[in-house]
Amino acid sequence: MSRRNMSLLAGGIAIAIAVALLSPLASGDPDGLERVAEDKAFIEQAEDPGYEILQDYTIPGVDNEAVSTVLAGIVGVLVLGGLTFGAGWLLRRRRAGREGATGSPTDPQRPGARV
Amino acid sequence: MLAIQPVPVLEAVEGPALHIPDGFMSGPVAAVGWVITVAVLAVAVRMADRTLSDRAVPLMGVMAAFIFAAQMMNFPVAGGTSGHMLGGALAAILLGPWAAIIVMTAVVGLQAVLFQDGGIAVMGLNILNMGILTALVGWGVYRAVLTFEGMGSAVRLVGAFAAAWISVEVAALATTFQLALSDTSPLDVALPAMVGVHALIGVGEGLITAAALAFVVATRPDLVNQPVVAEG
Repeated sequence: MSRRNMSLLAGGIAIAIAVALLSPLASGDPDGLERVAEDKAFIEQAEDPGYEILQDYTIPGVDNEAVSTVLAGIVGVLVLGGLTFGAGWLLRRRRAGREGATGSPTDPQRPGARV
Repeated sequence: MLAIQPVPVLEAVEGPALHIPDGFMSGPVAAVGWVITVAVLAVAVRMADRTLSDRAVPLMGVMAAFIFAAQMMNFPVAGGTSGHMLGGALAAILLGPWAAIIVMTAVVGLQAVLFQDGGIAVMGLNILNMGILTALVGWGVYRAVLTFEGMGSAVRLVGAFAAAWISVEVAALATTFQLALSDTSPLDVALPAMVGVHALIGVGEGLITAAALAFVVATRPDLVNQPVVAEG
């Protein structure tokens, strides 16, 4: 990966983590759909998922609510950043592999080229 | 003697977000949501596979991470109600609609699987409403407004605001129609309420989207001055 792309990735993830650090300041009021569901009396139709991993953006066992929310946010940021970057990288590599096989001399992207 | 009826309610309604939970939608509506979402996602992967540039790859990771974090930041709107960003329009403006759909699918999917935000059976609908529709509508509106770019650089920010606001309303409209089709809430009851509250939430979405675009223009203009998708 080029240095410029590396700094884009690092800078962007840092911004996302900074936003996650602010997440305890988020409004706890019901959001748009939840408000309408309460006002129009269909909120009770909501079913529990039946399992919990990081339910409601908290880490189980971390009692401090703000810390728990921030940690859950950072987990989400890192998992999603990695997952999506990985997916894009795979798509890119697959194409580079195909173009390498068919011999596309004008394409600077070859298998193993910097992404 | 009173018989106490157990009522299945959401335990912690103070969670930072509420996507469509299981139980709101009928089986057929949820199933159609899955079919449409899987079909569009297949097209999106194909198109992104053909058009993705090198720069788009780290930007995809950054957008997914940022949109996830931004969705946690519920902001207050009028009357004890909050809203949160959806992000599909911003992702589409920066990445094009196809990579944006992949990013949004990852965000909404992980929210359901890992954070129990949004049901599993209705995940197709949540991805369709908050990811696919917002990306396609946001992209379309932004491109349409950009035809007036000759009038000055502010047009871009106006376009981003309009794209984001309209994308939120379209997502709310789609949800409302699905609720009506599911016999959960009739159209004449839910429609004015959903459109009204999301008109306010859309202003927040529009401001965040325009601010984020302005930030990218200021720091990495190369990401927006050339199309991120490769030619052809």
